[in-house]
Amino acid sequence: MAAAETYPDDLRYHEEHDWARVDGDEAILGITWFAADALGELVHFEPPAEGATVTKDASYGEVESVKAVSDVIAPLSGEVVAVNAKVVDAPETVNEDPYGEGWLIRIRLSNPSEVDSLLGVEAYKQVLAEQ
Amino acid sequence: MAQTLQKTPLHDRHVALGARMVPFAGWEMPVQYEGVIPEHRAVRTDAGVFDVSHMGEIEVEGPRAHELLQSLLSNDLDKIAPGKAQYTLLTNERGGIIDDLIAYRLGDCHYLLIVNASNRDADFRWLKDHEIRGSDVRDVSDEHALLAVQGPRAIERLGLDPAKAFTFAEETIDGVEVMVNRTGYTGEEGCELLCMAEDAVRLWDAVLARGVVPCGLGARDTLRLEACYPLHGNDIGPDTDPISAGLGWTCALDKEFTGVELLRRVKSEGPARRLVAFVMEEKAIPRHGMAIEGGGDVTSGSHSPMLDIGIGMGYVPAAQAAPDTELTIDVRGKPRKARVVKKPIYKREG
Repeated sequence: MAAAETYPDDLRYHEEHDWARVDGDEAILGITWFAADALGELVHFEPPAEGATVTKDASYGEVESVKAVSDVIAPLSGEVVAVNAKVVDAPETVNEDPYGEGWLIRIRLSNPSEVDSLLGVEAYKQVLAEQ
Repeated sequence: MAQTLQKTPLHDRHVALGARMVPFAGWEMPVQYEGVIPEHRAVRTDAGVFDVSHMGEIEVEGPRAHELLQSLLSNDLDKIAPGKAQYTLLTNERGGIIDDLIAYRLGDCHYLLIVNASNRDADFRWLKDHEIRGSDVRDVSDEHALLAVQGPRAIERLGLDPAKAFTFAEETIDGVEVMVNRTGYTGEEGCELLCMAEDAVRLWDAVLARGVVPCGLGARDTLRLEACYPLHGNDIGPDTDPISAGLGWTCALDKEFTGVELLRRVKSEGPARRLVAFVMEEKAIPRHGMAIEGGGDVTSGSHSPMLDIGIGMGYVPAAQAAPDTELTIDVRGKPRKARVVKKPIYKREG
């Protein structure tokens, strides 16, 4: 079952509908409920390789539903330290739990000060309101 | 450029059900309600209903209607009696496919053609241009609505008796007069219900009340792809011939129709490329337009909800067309392995 629409207030957001949960010099990344709902049930996640470099505002992978393909944009720069194998095996996990079990990758931040440029939950909701 | 999209008589019903509406062939159509995957599964396991009122209906009538259509359509209408239907192609001088359609023989000298929405105008113009004295061609699309009710329990849920595929009859379903066509585009049993446009809402409500699940064009596409039914504009078109597309069985090469000489030649020489079905051997989803190594290209691709893998169809050089041939597909720059399979890709057991 797809989750109900939520945007947790402890996350930082990117206007391309991605979130980051920052913890020290690492961050967990994923896509927001809005992005997952717009695509429909996910059937494929094309992840980056562990050890690869991701760059803020650039694509680091792809998510696909039956009908559509979408780039996943990195909200922050860093090195990939983990890929969520559960989502690779069962991509619909993202629809079911976009901010929990449905995380996509974990990175070691190369420029922690980028966090300051991300949106808080209220600013992100404002982005959604303008869609 | 603003273009006004046409709406079927069921438009408000779709919106009320929370459908996601998208433009398709000049129409605003529901792509999904609950989701493509649950709708697809409903059709494979029980019954689903699709509003396909955007499709075109063309009537051809008159003492020479049969003669006209025999000269324009690829299949042999002498093989069907009134009450029977036939899958057939409207071909051009190059043997290309203007449209694929179903011809319903209403009487000796009276046919109904149900055609793709995107080709309705082109088909009508072509037929009008070739009209002969004693044949009258009329576009009656706007008078009608069409619901496809598909799935192993579709006939039972509608309270209909079983009947052979490619037959049709006048029936009444919950007080609505309908033409019940034993045809479809999903690979399942079922029927297509043609009614007058003003009765569409009553029929739709009656079908849903019988427990049939509303399904959008998204599931219609994944269902037809699993069944390997070509989609005009993707897999076949004015520049592809039916022999290469595996539709030789719809072409009566022993009769005269538009483009038949070219088709006879392709048949005797053997096509250079063939439309094959394939399944992915790696996690990846093929999409329309992707290149297949060796000179092929993907014409339809998606994720199979029943097999839970990427599937598709595409043209490959004839030497690569045999089942079990390994293909390499360029998925946005990454080579991904696929394997040619016999059509259909998916068929329900029993």
